[in-house]
Amino acid sequence: MPLYHNDDQAMLKDSVAPFVAEQAPVSHLRKLRDSADATGFSCDLWAQFTEMGLPGMLVPEEHGGLGMGHMEAGIVLEEIGRNLTPSPFLSTSVGAVAALAKAGGTQAGRWLPAIASGEAIIALAIDEGAKHRPDRIATTATRAGNGFRLDGKKSFVLHGHVADMSIVAAKTDGGITLFAVPKDAKGLTADPRRLVDSSLASHVTLDGVEVDADAVIGEVDAGGDILDALLAATRTGAAAEMVGVGQGAMDMTVTYLKERKQFGKLIGEFQGLQHRAAHLYGEMEVARATVMKAQQLLDEGSEGAKLMVSVAKAKAGRAANLAVREGVQMHGGIGMTDEYDIGLYMKRDRALAEYMGDVHYHIDQVARMNGY
Amino acid sequence: MSELDAFRAEVRDWLEANCPAEMREPVRDEGDVCWGGRNWVFKNDAQKQWLEACAAKGYTVPDWPKPYGGAGLTPEQTKILKQEMKRIKARSPLDSFGIWMLGPALLQFGTEEQKVQYLNPIARGEIRWCQGYSEPGSGSDLVSLQTFGEDKGDHWVVNGSKIWTSYADKADWIFCLVRTDKANKYQGITFMLFDMASKGVTTKPILLISGNSPFCETFFDDVEVPKTQFVGEVNRGWDVAKYLLGHEREMISGGGAGGDMVSIGGAFAKAFGKNAAGELDDPILRAEMAAFDVDVFAYRAMGERFMDMWKTGRAHPASSNMMKYVGTELNKRRHELVMSGGGSEALEWDSEETKGGARARGWLRTKANSIEGGTSEVMLNVIAKRILDLPGA
Repeated sequence: MPLYHNDDQAMLKDSVAPFVAEQAPVSHLRKLRDSADATGFSCDLWAQFTEMGLPGMLVPEEHGGLGMGHMEAGIVLEEIGRNLTPSPFLSTSVGAVAALAKAGGTQAGRWLPAIASGEAIIALAIDEGAKHRPDRIATTATRAGNGFRLDGKKSFVLHGHVADMSIVAAKTDGGITLFAVPKDAKGLTADPRRLVDSSLASHVTLDGVEVDADAVIGEVDAGGDILDALLAATRTGAAAEMVGVGQGAMDMTVTYLKERKQFGKLIGEFQGLQHRAAHLYGEMEVARATVMKAQQLLDEGSEGAKLMVSVAKAKAGRAANLAVREGVQMHGGIGMTDEYDIGLYMKRDRALAEYMGDVHYHIDQVARMNGY
Repeated sequence: MSELDAFRAEVRDWLEANCPAEMREPVRDEGDVCWGGRNWVFKNDAQKQWLEACAAKGYTVPDWPKPYGGAGLTPEQTKILKQEMKRIKARSPLDSFGIWMLGPALLQFGTEEQKVQYLNPIARGEIRWCQGYSEPGSGSDLVSLQTFGEDKGDHWVVNGSKIWTSYADKADWIFCLVRTDKANKYQGITFMLFDMASKGVTTKPILLISGNSPFCETFFDDVEVPKTQFVGEVNRGWDVAKYLLGHEREMISGGGAGGDMVSIGGAFAKAFGKNAAGELDDPILRAEMAAFDVDVFAYRAMGERFMDMWKTGRAHPASSNMMKYVGTELNKRRHELVMSGGGSEALEWDSEETKGGARARGWLRTKANSIEGGTSEVMLNVIAKRILDLPGA
């Protein structure tokens, strides 16, 4: 498969890009932020997403979805990134779907159709400390009655306070097990925190939460592979969103270089800025290609996907970070104002960069996967 | 079996029968790389046999048309041939600037007669070419070149000098940019071809920081060039040169400007040792190598996307400049890490154990990557102007 969008994918982009830009531009984020919105995203917008079939893009057709791949989901995520659109798409329609589709069984049958129809918002309760360390999960699931009892604390759970269901990763006797915990479960509390990018992420406490045996996603003790699928999809998705954030910041900055005058010249005439902008262009192009490669390998079910996913998360993290830093610097004083959008790009990038493993985490993963 | 599968099987059989075992060993020194030419001394029979077998089959230039010495392979077939050669670790039968540079220029701009006349000896490795572009006063600002060809009716008399002429002292012919109209900067240059054995041509190797002399200064003192020996049109040689520069950057991009596109950390862990946690036994170097590996794997994806887009006309025409910039900077970084990883051993300049200071010399050689074929700064200028459309660039 060539590493560019085919005709169908290009058509998808042609319909999604104007839709997101019109319905949810940066002003949409500002409106939610300035009204101290408590949900974290617009339900009306999610209804519009649903009309277009977007929440169920990755949901297999037999569960009412479109059965598309990560390349297609990436197209939507890039536009979400470019417009800084608050949306549950990444956790619900990418991360949760990847886990449920991989696991199959009762929970897949229960939740995948609800995701596709736009009725269910799903949160991913994986992280436990300030840093992403999925190999050190301390939350426990102990057998109790016909089911399990969950105890532990989760953090950085996007949409955790409004999710209809949370996918909780917990330690069981023989490994990791994933659980589908419904929002009304007794002992489950979500404490939402406003983050730097105005999104809401919860500290989730599981205090003796009792779930039935069929709440297990996949098999008991065999959640490792399902968690890997969830992580690979979410990381790749976050990388795609970062490409959108970085591209949006870069486009805005290059435009500014062609408008702003100092010393009687457009500042874009200065070679000192031209070379930095050109360098940034190269980094963004490389990041875009890398993310596409990860999407392609995931869609092919290739063994090389895992390495490329970490490469993509790290590379997109580096490139988008450069884009927003250069963006703020090249905008000068107004880049520091709340009124200008460039600072909002810097904030969103910071949150996405941290989500599901930062640049350093994934660089380390690349070293491990290469045997050092 | 699909047609391409059948082709692959055929290639495998042919390689098995024709590629000598010695030609499947890694290249150890410069003599292992076959450049061909009038004065080429084959290192051994296997090198000669391998070149002749490939030349007869058209495999030195597989994608050139058959009448010009190629095998007339499609891009897909060429890719398969390369994959199969790589699979058995076959050495390149012939490296040459004729194949990489002049050939594409002639295929694009040459007359039918020129193609037949010049391309076949290139394909057979009989004539070795060098490139006369840069001059002492014209580096990045190449179009300011001053080497002049005075019109004498049926021939030009060429005077001037070139610099950084790769292997000029070993080359048989030169393709050379010569000013033929002093009043017209861009449309006053002719792309000439002439024999290095012509009266008035002298070369002087330049000793580089690597201790090697792959480049020469080349002097022209009343060199007579028949007025049939030019490519394209008289005074329009800049078009050919620009095309070739684009081709060169594309080739550098596609051929892995990033050097070996493999993990650097994995190789060093073997030499350095690992700690109890199975990590490279130098945490800071490990981190730098891993960050580098991320960029290498990322650039590999970029290379794939670039070629996919380039071949189908989807790429921005200036994007090869970006590839060259990113790739050559990456390769320089690789060699900095190779030196760090090698420690004091890598500093040795001529010991047998270090294959004559291969690492140190290789490291120094890579510093030219971001200079030759257009400096990184020129690449950034082109990106700023042609891709980002920045003002006054």
